[in-house]
Amino acid sequence: MLEILLDATVRSSTPILFATLGAIINERAGIINLGIEGLMLIGALAGFAGTQASGSLLVGVLAAFFAAMLAGSVHAFITVQLRGNQIVSGLALTMFGVGITALFGRSMVGLTIAGFERIAIPGLNRLPVIGKPFFNQDMLIYFSFLLVVAIAFFFYRTRWGLALRTVGENPAAADTCGVPVLLTRFLAVTIGSGIVGIGGAYLSLATTPMWIENMSAGRGWIAVALVIFASWSSYRALAGAYLFGGITAMQLRFQAMGTTVSAHILQMLPYFFTILVLVISTIRLQKGASQQPESLGQPYDREDRK
Amino acid sequence: MKLVTEKRELSSRLLRFSAPIVSILVALFVAGFLLLAAGVNPFQAYLEIVQESLGSLYGLSETLVKTTPLIFTSLGVSLAFRMQIWNIGAEGQLYLGACGATAVALFSGLEHPVMMITAMFFAAFLCGGLWAGVAGLLRARWQVNEVIVTLLMNYIAILGVDYLVYGPWKDPKGFNFPLTAQFSDAARLTEYFDTRLHSGFFLALFCALLLYLFMERTVWGYEIKVIGSNPKAARYAGMNTGMAIFFVLFLSGAIAGIAGFGEVAGLQHRLQHGISPGYGYTAIIIAWLARRSALGVVIVSFLMGVLLVGGDSLQLTWQLPVAFVYAFQGLILFFLLASDFFINNRLKLVRGGRHA
Repeated sequence: MLEILLDATVRSSTPILFATLGAIINERAGIINLGIEGLMLIGALAGFAGTQASGSLLVGVLAAFFAAMLAGSVHAFITVQLRGNQIVSGLALTMFGVGITALFGRSMVGLTIAGFERIAIPGLNRLPVIGKPFFNQDMLIYFSFLLVVAIAFFFYRTRWGLALRTVGENPAAADTCGVPVLLTRFLAVTIGSGIVGIGGAYLSLATTPMWIENMSAGRGWIAVALVIFASWSSYRALAGAYLFGGITAMQLRFQAMGTTVSAHILQMLPYFFTILVLVISTIRLQKGASQQPESLGQPYDREDRK
Repeated sequence: MKLVTEKRELSSRLLRFSAPIVSILVALFVAGFLLLAAGVNPFQAYLEIVQESLGSLYGLSETLVKTTPLIFTSLGVSLAFRMQIWNIGAEGQLYLGACGATAVALFSGLEHPVMMITAMFFAAFLCGGLWAGVAGLLRARWQVNEVIVTLLMNYIAILGVDYLVYGPWKDPKGFNFPLTAQFSDAARLTEYFDTRLHSGFFLALFCALLLYLFMERTVWGYEIKVIGSNPKAARYAGMNTGMAIFFVLFLSGAIAGIAGFGEVAGLQHRLQHGISPGYGYTAIIIAWLARRSALGVVIVSFLMGVLLVGGDSLQLTWQLPVAFVYAFQGLILFFLLASDFFINNRLKLVRGGRHA
């Protein structure tokens, strides 16, 4: 029973985890991206279409990455180069994503593909309780574990990671040190968006191997909230995403068991808990030293440098 | 030769006013290619949008029917914008307003039309207001990000209405469809010219006028503008910014709630699944395009009404998903943001050298 619940938790967390990691990369460079929901949909459709056309899941994932990257580059150009309003641009990206995937997804409705299959990691999958849920999963889930560690390593153990964080904290100082602020921000937004796209692809290639209009169903927004819960750290993003995966898994389990509580009420739970967690983590952030990147949401203009 | 940007000494007034129009035109142009890629002839599609929404008295009335909730929700969103508060939850507030109005219509037992409609109106006002007020309280008290809270509450509101119409409020005689019983005649707004156009439209226009007067002619409106443009100065001047944030989000949600009242009392005459095709999201674009002006909200709402009626018809003739309208709206916003840049900056060709 616990194993089944944990397994469902991991599977429903992974799309949110990718999306949260992508959003963290955006925000660490100082750019708020509210287009996560739209990027997930673009990733989901591109991933599905890519796999459908080529028969290869890898091609699908790459298609998702590059399609979301391309869409993210619009947000990057507007917010970084043109110093446009980040909130409005992100909302525009979400709307664009919802609309464009509905339009081009028409021809994909009803098609099927062979989705990701489970591959057991010999040895580890025999661990009690956590063996099966964590080490008898598909490749994308293993990739997400790797990505969590890789992003933490990148932020804190590499020069580029330091440059990216400085650009988000104090772009003027980064500029003085010769870090190309605009380029760094542009790359952070586009690559971060690409990772969000992989989260979307997980939905259409693993969760349910098909394309359904608006299939992200608010997960992108949950990811935006989780960034704050995670205090912009990839390890805490893992914890946050799994917490929400857990609530979703439990909610689904209740429904499957045929409880008398309305399915509509149960479906509210993830959104409700996201708000609750957002409130708690916001209060906590204010009490301690805030981890929020100092220049989050502020465009950088060299001419305004003091 | 090299292309560089430089700041204008004075922002361009011409561009300021023409930017929204230019962005809509460029978005139409780009969306044309998207339509082409989806196998639809854009010229025919655009022609059809205009013909269906403006070409007949019936079409025009349908456009005004859709303009009505757009005006309410956009007024709400733009009121919050004035204070740099982002209310992305107009969709949920509309649902809550519809819920409140429906509760009164179904269970109050009022028989006099004026009493009934007034009670429904205030129930919608209060429900929408309190729903947004939650986000207002969280923002005012603990600086919780209102964008995320208002947005996530949309999902909860829509699921809540679904719960009611699939569950306790379901019409026992409704053949198991997710809808409530039909309202009594006392709970209906007046309809005109044998169309679905109802008095909610005029209420929306009146509301726009009222909000204009509130913002431009009262101390409260002035305070909201000051807090929005310079919160520090507002605090030094002794304004209670926390209270103002709550109040503005409450009022913003309440106005969006009236949209829900209009939809159930004027149009649907019952509460049902999916009462709004995303008016609350379109409202964000309208508020941004209208540049804080109440008159602008009315005009842009009408344009979006045209688009929505046209979008419905394209769905029938070309099987285009209605959500395509969102892609178009997203494009408009992108181009508007891009053109905003050129209001304060200009492109310049520089000869040779590294000069920037």
